[in-house]
Amino acid sequence: MSFISYLINGLSLGSVYAIIALGYTMVYGIAKMLNFAHGDVIMIGAYIALLTMSQAGMSPVIAVIAAVIVCTVLGVVIERVAYKPLRNASSSLAVLITAIGVSYLLQNIALLVFGANTQTFPSVIKWNGITIADGQLNISGVTIVTIAACLIIMIVLMTFVQKSKPGQAMRAVSEDKDAAQLMGINVNGTIALTFAIGSALAAIAGVLLCSAYPSLTPYTGAMPGIKAFVAAVFGGIGSIPGAFIGGLLLGIIEILGRAYISSQMADALVFAVLIIVLLVKPTGLLGKKIQEKV
Amino acid sequence: MLKKMNKTTKSNLITYGIVIAAFVIMQVLISTGSVSSLLEGLMVPLCIYVILAVSLNLVVGILGELSLGHAGFMCVGAFSSAFFSKCMRDVITVAPLRFFLALLIGIAVAAVFGIIIGIPVLRLKGDYLAIVTLAFGEIIKNLVNVLFIGKDSNGFHFSTKDVMGLNMEPDGTVLVSGPQGITGTPKDSTFLIGFILVLITLFIVMNLINSRDGRAIMSIRDNRIAAESVGINITKYKLMAFTISAALAGGAGVLYAHNLSTLTANTNNFGYNQSIMILVFVVLGGIGNIRGSIIAAVILTLLPELLRGLADYRMLIYAIVLIVMMLFNWAPKAIEWREKHLSFFRKKKEAVK
Repeated sequence: MSFISYLINGLSLGSVYAIIALGYTMVYGIAKMLNFAHGDVIMIGAYIALLTMSQAGMSPVIAVIAAVIVCTVLGVVIERVAYKPLRNASSSLAVLITAIGVSYLLQNIALLVFGANTQTFPSVIKWNGITIADGQLNISGVTIVTIAACLIIMIVLMTFVQKSKPGQAMRAVSEDKDAAQLMGINVNGTIALTFAIGSALAAIAGVLLCSAYPSLTPYTGAMPGIKAFVAAVFGGIGSIPGAFIGGLLLGIIEILGRAYISSQMADALVFAVLIIVLLVKPTGLLGKKIQEKV
Repeated sequence: MLKKMNKTTKSNLITYGIVIAAFVIMQVLISTGSVSSLLEGLMVPLCIYVILAVSLNLVVGILGELSLGHAGFMCVGAFSSAFFSKCMRDVITVAPLRFFLALLIGIAVAAVFGIIIGIPVLRLKGDYLAIVTLAFGEIIKNLVNVLFIGKDSNGFHFSTKDVMGLNMEPDGTVLVSGPQGITGTPKDSTFLIGFILVLITLFIVMNLINSRDGRAIMSIRDNRIAAESVGINITKYKLMAFTISAALAGGAGVLYAHNLSTLTANTNNFGYNQSIMILVFVVLGGIGNIRGSIIAAVILTLLPELLRGLADYRMLIYAIVLIVMMLFNWAPKAIEWREKHLSFFRKKKEAVK
């Protein structure tokens, strides 16, 4: 019974990773950049939700909406100010380092505004969850909501990218930026939209993460950000279903590793699995292989 | 005489000159007592960061592969050498000799790790390679944190759980105690040793770049397929650059370990934050530019200390400086603007030449 309970916890953590990884992978697919500041957008989202609930006394639903709005705006502003000027830079490393700078900036702003103390995050989900198998297995409300949210986001995002006009524009831009521009697609607008969606997802992930693990500091976002990045690469970066599968697998491996092997070694185990997968399949689980030409 | 030399030799000599001049100036300032003790204490870390930045530039700038696990090699070098020094503390009492042996051990162990990690990692490309080096760096940090080593009359004992797991006799001493790391490492690093190591690092890296091997490595960076088709052994040269870089980072780790009496592995000294920090030095100084790496490492190490008066705002300013400098250096619009408005200075310079 404990195995099933660990598995469900793993699915829940994995769902959070998957939501963050979706943001990573969409931005990578379109802008071909690793947005290192993504993890810190999660943290900002969680703080905004916390403030709306504890300071303004609003309901959790409004808190989530506020977090999503603030993060969306933040994501678009970051893209516009820090990343857009470097889009055609001669080295792709330039924008990576700028992203690291933005990550430091967000952490330090949070440190100044919210303080370094660990804040307790009140769960946005008041539901106690369900108990099955004669009380032996209790699945908390947060867990169920997280997994459900992840599934819904995944399905909506897939439909959006495959069916809608802006989604098609996104795919076109990720395929070939210049050709897309010639076809009359607003490339800048499409990239901004991608950042907006990614950041909105980060806000949701932040609220869900802190509801499950209720301690919030300015550095809360860093490690989940890295893990989600690993998840995105694991599943094949640029691929939406890949990020989903990668996130879930990573969460399950981490929780099972923590339970059955060693709690300190869980992170090492996650990274070791990633290395093995990449050595066998160098572009991730669902990544496309691009043939190199001279 | 200067005119006879070719351009690279001259440029290399200028780099050595800058480093030596900086060392001499700092030594004079320290001996006359006009430097605060805080700044004096920064001298060894400064050498460490210069070595790390130059060695990472070998992988990022010369080999053209992004590595996010450089601090992992530093960690390996630091712990292996600190372990040696702690064991030999009472056996070898001559500090320079002990440090030299520790240095060799740290470098050798880091090089071995460089080969072990390099063989699988270098098969990958681009961002995938970057994430795997990051993963390896984190694994090394995690493994060090669960490692317990003790010594008693029966020899060494190992454990990955806790001190009790070592099963030692009562007379045993714990040498490495997991998250608490190694305590009581002799403090053997000095500014002079650091400076010598910086010079050795520069000598190795700059000679490698200007050698046949270095040109082979750069040809892989510029066009892998073309390099392969003219018969360059890709794996060999990639591994060579990666291993040398790892070994030098190990040397920096030895310096780091012997500068502190307590050595622990956490995110900020051996984790991914540190690797990123070193990468920032390299990119800000100019990818592939050794002199730039040195200057960037010095400025960015001193900057947070110089901003200490601003207390809480210093890291914020640091972040903003980083972003603004990157935008100014790399954004195509900024480059255009610079050429337009600052061309006056450049023309003047050319006229002087």
